Amino acid sequence: MPPVEENRRLQRGVAWLDERLGLASIREFVAHKTVPVHSGTLWYYFGGVTLFLFTVQVLTGILLLLYYRPTASEAYESVQFIMTRVRFGWLIRSIHSWSANLMILSAVIHMFSVVFLRAYRRPRELTWLSGLALLGLALGFGFSGYLLPWNTISYFATKVGTDMAASVPLAGPAIARFLRGGDDVGGATLTRFFGFHVAVLPGLATTLIALHLLLVQRHGISSPPWIEKRFAATGGRVPQMPFFPNFFLRELMAWYAALGVLGCLAALFPWELGDKADPFASAPAGIRPEWYFLAPFYTLKLIPSHVWFMEGELLGLAGFGLLAVWWVMLPFWATSREGVERTRMVTGAGVLLLAYLATFSLLGYLK
Amino acid sequence: MLSERRGFLGWLLGGGVAASLGAFLYPVVEFVNPPAVPEATVDEVGAGKAQDFKINSGKIVKFGSRPVLLIRSSETDWKAFSAVCTHLNCTVQYKEDAHVIWCACHNGMYDLNGAVVSGPPPKPLDEFVVRLRGDEVFVSRRA
Repeated sequence: MPPVEENRRLQRGVAWLDERLGLASIREFVAHKTVPVHSGTLWYYFGGVTLFLFTVQVLTGILLLLYYRPTASEAYESVQFIMTRVRFGWLIRSIHSWSANLMILSAVIHMFSVVFLRAYRRPRELTWLSGLALLGLALGFGFSGYLLPWNTISYFATKVGTDMAASVPLAGPAIARFLRGGDDVGGATLTRFFGFHVAVLPGLATTLIALHLLLVQRHGISSPPWIEKRFAATGGRVPQMPFFPNFFLRELMAWYAALGVLGCLAALFPWELGDKADPFASAPAGIRPEWYFLAPFYTLKLIPSHVWFMEGELLGLAGFGLLAVWWVMLPFWATSREGVERTRMVTGAGVLLLAYLATFSLLGYLK
Repeated sequence: MLSERRGFLGWLLGGGVAASLGAFLYPVVEFVNPPAVPEATVDEVGAGKAQDFKINSGKIVKFGSRPVLLIRSSETDWKAFSAVCTHLNCTVQYKEDAHVIWCACHNGMYDLNGAVVSGPPPKPLDEFVVRLRGDEVFVSRRA
């Protein structure tokens, strides 16, 4: 077929789709979308990297579902089967576990970059809230998925985690029973956590991701106020690069780099399975949770049994709860009623939280 | 008159929708609430032969669905405690070198009376009764 005729056919095909899907409006939208270019542009890539790692989680999770069996008598053996008998099973499971950790790391970096680049400011409060809800869901994915191999560490981590929920005043015991599917961690808990992990949480996460992305599209990408001021002083505006193809191709490179790091980690440090959970065995020495729960774990270790009139455990939980509420509400206290931005307070809060998380995670790992 | 009728109809419609939503949600809430499974009451379990327990050692014994830590501290001294840490529900173990009961999860320590020695546990461990009948060791609930 001559090239002119081929081109005409392609154009006819595009016009056919355009009439039915409204491609022109999408083209128009993509052509006008831009990303600010400045010294902090690098941090903009982490949101996309988190999304990419979530996609890796979904794909590898679907593959693992082909062999995994969610019962107390078969879960451990089925993961063992995946790792030892299924071709590349060890790699798929290792990628799933490493990708989960990298996804949380990337989400945390994204969150702190939003704080330090002041991207939470009006009118982006809902973007911040939906982002934090997504981070909460990611931690939920981590907690529920951790139990699924039914090994010793995951069994005790779930005992501790659900017991923490039980100490919430009034509703605590009901929440713990709901999570465990009974009075203690057992086969019923495993089935429930499997349901949360592969159905409830992915449904919620997909909806929230759609909302988060919609909000990012609605408000555009924020520039830090000091960059805006610098350009405003000279009468200009912050330089922008087109989202498509300039930023999109750079983002693809970031995804490719993330995939490279993930592949190396998964292949060089395959995720271990450990020993099968035994409800009648003692918790082994050196037991500790995943790195993203190390800071609260170590804090709980340090709090004495009673502080004044309160049980230490309850005090710790109340502290974590208050800290979480304070952090979630950041966009609302970051600006005074008179409209003055409390930039130093926000930076101080961000640095303090980072320092607490880093120090206590490190101590929790070492001690 | 008209607005009263509209208000009444609005109330009726809203109430009907709320009631039907409640009717849909109630079975869902009840479904996710796990049913209470009655446990067979266990008052006493056999832990094995006395000669199988080394002096200064501990072993987890199944007491129904609960773990109990049985400790032989000397030739004649036996102790048994609930093996569930009172802090955050981990299963404790006997540390032979320090002669204490230890929880590896948050470093809680109890003495051989079940009392808290150090760490975050808020309460002592529940004690069980150990009896020897001939060569057999039995663990039972305290009366």
